[in-house]
Amino acid sequence: MQPGHYIVLAAVLFSIGAVGVLVRRNAIVLFMCIELMLNAANLALVTFSRINGTLDGQIMAFFVMVVAAAEVVIGLAIIMSIFRTRRSASVDDANLLKY
Amino acid sequence: MDAILAAGAVGTGEAVTFWILAPLAVIGALAMVVARNAVHSALWLVLVMLCLGVFYIVQSGPFLGLAQIIVYTGAIMMLFLFVLMLVGRDASDSLIEVLRGQRLAAALLGIGFVGLAGTMTYRALGPTVAAGLTQANAGGNVQGIAGVLFTNYVFAFEATSALLIAAAVGAMLLAHIERGKDDKVGQLERVRARFAPGSYPGPKAGPGVYATSSSVATPGRLPDGGPSERTVPSILPRRELTEAEIAPKGTDER
Repeated sequence: MQPGHYIVLAAVLFSIGAVGVLVRRNAIVLFMCIELMLNAANLALVTFSRINGTLDGQIMAFFVMVVAAAEVVIGLAIIMSIFRTRRSASVDDANLLKY
Repeated sequence: MDAILAAGAVGTGEAVTFWILAPLAVIGALAMVVARNAVHSALWLVLVMLCLGVFYIVQSGPFLGLAQIIVYTGAIMMLFLFVLMLVGRDASDSLIEVLRGQRLAAALLGIGFVGLAGTMTYRALGPTVAAGLTQANAGGNVQGIAGVLFTNYVFAFEATSALLIAAAVGAMLLAHIERGKDDKVGQLERVRARFAPGSYPGPKAGPGVYATSSSVATPGRLPDGGPSERTVPSILPRRELTEAEIAPKGTDER
């Protein structure tokens, strides 16, 4: 086994997350799929850091974590305020901009 | 041992860890996408994140691995579960496809992307000999990260604080409900609303009690014989008498 295996695993996890974003309708599950994609990118960054022998990749992953935390807070607040006005967390129901 | 680590090669222990945890992570991710219940999805995602945390630790990033476990599985996923409990915990996805063939197309796209990105990166990185982090982690992983973070990336680190403050303020702004002084309903308004025309101030009539059914879900009858909505609690499923229950039971003829 080589470090490249980690990158392949990261690609698999990223694709599963992308498919989840395309397939699911519940806004919160969709959000979890985005988190999965971010995590896969983090795994790739940590592996790159190990391959290159410098800590910069780990620092990048650290920043990705911080941005993900901020993103989750804002996203969940948006989902909650949408739920309050429309009584639904499904992305199909938020269609007012369509017409 | 040090020579092996210095070369960044993968030891047997790491290989065993990888081949156990990588299928677990993939299964967890697939189950997260497939699970109908959103709470189950969240728990599967917790499994994936724990596996990834172990991977970080194995790849000589113990600080990041523990931060992954504490921040992601500890804080972010609990926030997810908290919001799930507030917002439609029982709202499982419908199985109806809104766009026809969308799931199949998405799955095909996903498999195609895995094939493309996976083979491309593996062919590019497969024979690469990893440099390993022994030298960078010589003074400890946390010290190494701190050394880089507070010199090369100090401006990004400062910008992060602005981002976090903006996120906190934004979340407060979005989740806050403004209640003015005028929205408060006093005793006088309540009494007026109660006795206003159109609202019935007395207690509501009880449910129907019949020889065949005395369930609280059976509506009472109005003078014209129709069922009255007001006699059954709105949260209960409405129960009408079936044909067999309405039909004479043959007790008169005896």
